[in-house]
Amino acid sequence: MTHVLLRHREIPDIGKLSVYQNNGGLAAFKNAVTKMKPGEVIDVVKNSGLRGRGGAGFPTGMKWSFADAKSWPHYMVANADESEPGTFKDREVMENNPFQFLEGVMIGSYAVGANIAYIYLRGEFWQIAESLDRKISELEAEGYLGDKIFGTDYSLRIYTHLGAGAYICGEETALLESLEGRRGQPRVRPPFPPSEGLYGKPTIINNVETFTNVPMIMANGAEWYKSMGTADAPGVKIFSLSGRVRKPGNYELPFGTTFRDLIYKYGGGVQDSRSVRAIMPAGASSSLILVDDDSILDTPMDYLEVRKLKSELGSASVIIVDDTVSMDWLINKTVHFFRHESCGKCTPCREGTFWMSHLTERIHTGQAVRADVDLLLNVAKQMQGKCLCALGEFSTMAVVSSLERFREDFDKAVQA
Amino acid sequence: MSLAEKYPQEVQQILSKYPPHGKRSALMPLLFIAQRDEGYISKAAMQDIAALLDITETEVAGVVGFYTLYHEEKEGKYRIQVCTDLPCALRGAEGFMGDLCDHLKIKAGETTEDGLVTVEAVMCLAACDRAPMFQLQGPDAIEYHEHMTVEKTMELIGELKQSEE
Repeated sequence: MTHVLLRHREIPDIGKLSVYQNNGGLAAFKNAVTKMKPGEVIDVVKNSGLRGRGGAGFPTGMKWSFADAKSWPHYMVANADESEPGTFKDREVMENNPFQFLEGVMIGSYAVGANIAYIYLRGEFWQIAESLDRKISELEAEGYLGDKIFGTDYSLRIYTHLGAGAYICGEETALLESLEGRRGQPRVRPPFPPSEGLYGKPTIINNVETFTNVPMIMANGAEWYKSMGTADAPGVKIFSLSGRVRKPGNYELPFGTTFRDLIYKYGGGVQDSRSVRAIMPAGASSSLILVDDDSILDTPMDYLEVRKLKSELGSASVIIVDDTVSMDWLINKTVHFFRHESCGKCTPCREGTFWMSHLTERIHTGQAVRADVDLLLNVAKQMQGKCLCALGEFSTMAVVSSLERFREDFDKAVQA
Repeated sequence: MSLAEKYPQEVQQILSKYPPHGKRSALMPLLFIAQRDEGYISKAAMQDIAALLDITETEVAGVVGFYTLYHEEKEGKYRIQVCTDLPCALRGAEGFMGDLCDHLKIKAGETTEDGLVTVEAVMCLAACDRAPMFQLQGPDAIEYHEHMTVEKTMELIGELKQSEE
C-alpha cells in the first residue's frame, strides 16, 4: 500500500522542499488560497469525514466551522505535545514528512481565517522544533508564508513553541495556558477554544496527524479519502504499536484493520511466541481489553468497534501485553505515570492518583491485604466524572478494567 | 548582566513571536535560555525574567516548578533521562536503568562524582518502539539516544568526558 501520511517510506527525501514540491506538495495550499473560499475548504474536509487524530476523534471540518466569526483575530494551533505512553507517530511525521504537516497547518489556517499559527511541541522535541524552524524559513523564502501570499490578501506566519515536560499540556486548554506562559492547567469549559482560546480569541487546535491528512484530502478529494477506512472512521490512521511484539513501530493502515493483522501481519507476532493477554489500544489511558477468546483479535479497529470491547481507540497507541505480565505490576506503572502528571488543579485527580499509587505499590510489592484491593477500586470509582479534564478519568481506566477483568492477579498478589 | 543585555537579538526574536498583549508567552523560551547559561535556573534569572515580562517572581517560579525540564538546582552537566514508563518497561527499560546505575556506581537520581552525569527515570518520551532509550539533556540541547545498551551509553559518557577536557 502506498502511504498517505508516512510518505517518506516511499519517497525518502520528501523532507526536502524541492522533493516535496516535485511530488505535488503545496499545490493544494496554493489552490485553496488562490481559488477557493475558506468555507469551501472546510466543506471538503467535512465531506471527507476526517476525525481528529489526537484521541477524541472529533470531526475536523466541524471543529473548523466553529471558529467564531464575530471575534477576531483567529489563531490556529498544532498540538505536537505527543506524550501518551505508547504514542510516537507525530514525531515520525514531523521528522520525516514535515512539509506535508506544515501544509496542513497552512490550509487549515486559511480555512479558519488565522494569520498566525503556533506549533506547540513538547520540550523534549527540541531537535524537531529546530528542524521545523528551518523548514518554515524555507517556506517564507519561497513566498508560501508571509504577507500577501501568491499576491492575494491572505497573510500567514507560523511559529514553533516548546513546552518543557508536562503530559497535561496535550489537553487543549492546558496547552493554551502553557502557550500563554502559565502552568499547564486545564481551563473550565465552556467557553471552548473555537470561541475563546489563545489570548481569549477564537482558536482551533488540531493534532499533527490530523493536519497531515489535509493536503492529501484537498489534492485527491473527499470521495477518495472516504474510499479508505470504515463508515465510522474514514481514511487511514497511524497505529503506534509497542509492548511485547517482535516489530514495534508505526503502521499506517486503514481504519478497520483488525488487531490480528496489526499484531501478526505487521508487528511480526508476540515476542518469544507467547500469547496476547491484554491490549491497551489507547496507550496508558486505555481500559484493558481482555483477550480470553482468540476471536477478539479479529475486531476491526475503529472508534465504534473498539468501544464494543469496553475500551477506546483513542490515538491508536496499541500496547501489547503478553501472558508473562501481571496486572498488578502494569497498573502500578500507569498509576505512577498519572500521579506524576496530574497538574494538581482538581482535588479528586491530585489526591486520587496519589492514593491509588500508594495502593498499587503496596499491592505490587506484596504488602497489601484483600481490603486494599477493594479500597483501590473504591478510590478509582470516586474519581470518575469529577475532574475538569480527562486526565483524572484516564488514570482510572487501566485500574478499574484490570480489577474487573484480571482480578486473579490481584488476589494472588495480596496476603490472604 | 540581564538576559536582554547578554542576548539582545535572541530575546528580541523570541518576543517577536507573540503579540504585545501576549508578551508573557515568552516566559518558557526565556527560561530555556537562562538554564542554558547556568545549567539551572537561578533566583537572579527568575527576577530578571519577571522584570522583563512585567510579571511577579512568584509567577515565574510557579512555572519553573511545574515543568520537568526546568531545574532549580545545579546537578550533573548532562542528564541521562531514561524512560521507564509502561511501553519501555515492557521492553527492558528498567533492567537497563538498573545496570547503568550499577555501572556508574550511583543510584537513580544521583550524579557521578565528577559532576558530569545525572541519571534519572522520566515519563514517556514518545520513543516506545526503540526502548531502551533516554534523552540526554545538556546545557544547550536535548538529544534522543535509542536502542541503547549499557556499553553504548558508557561510550557516550566517555565522549562527553573527552569533550570536557
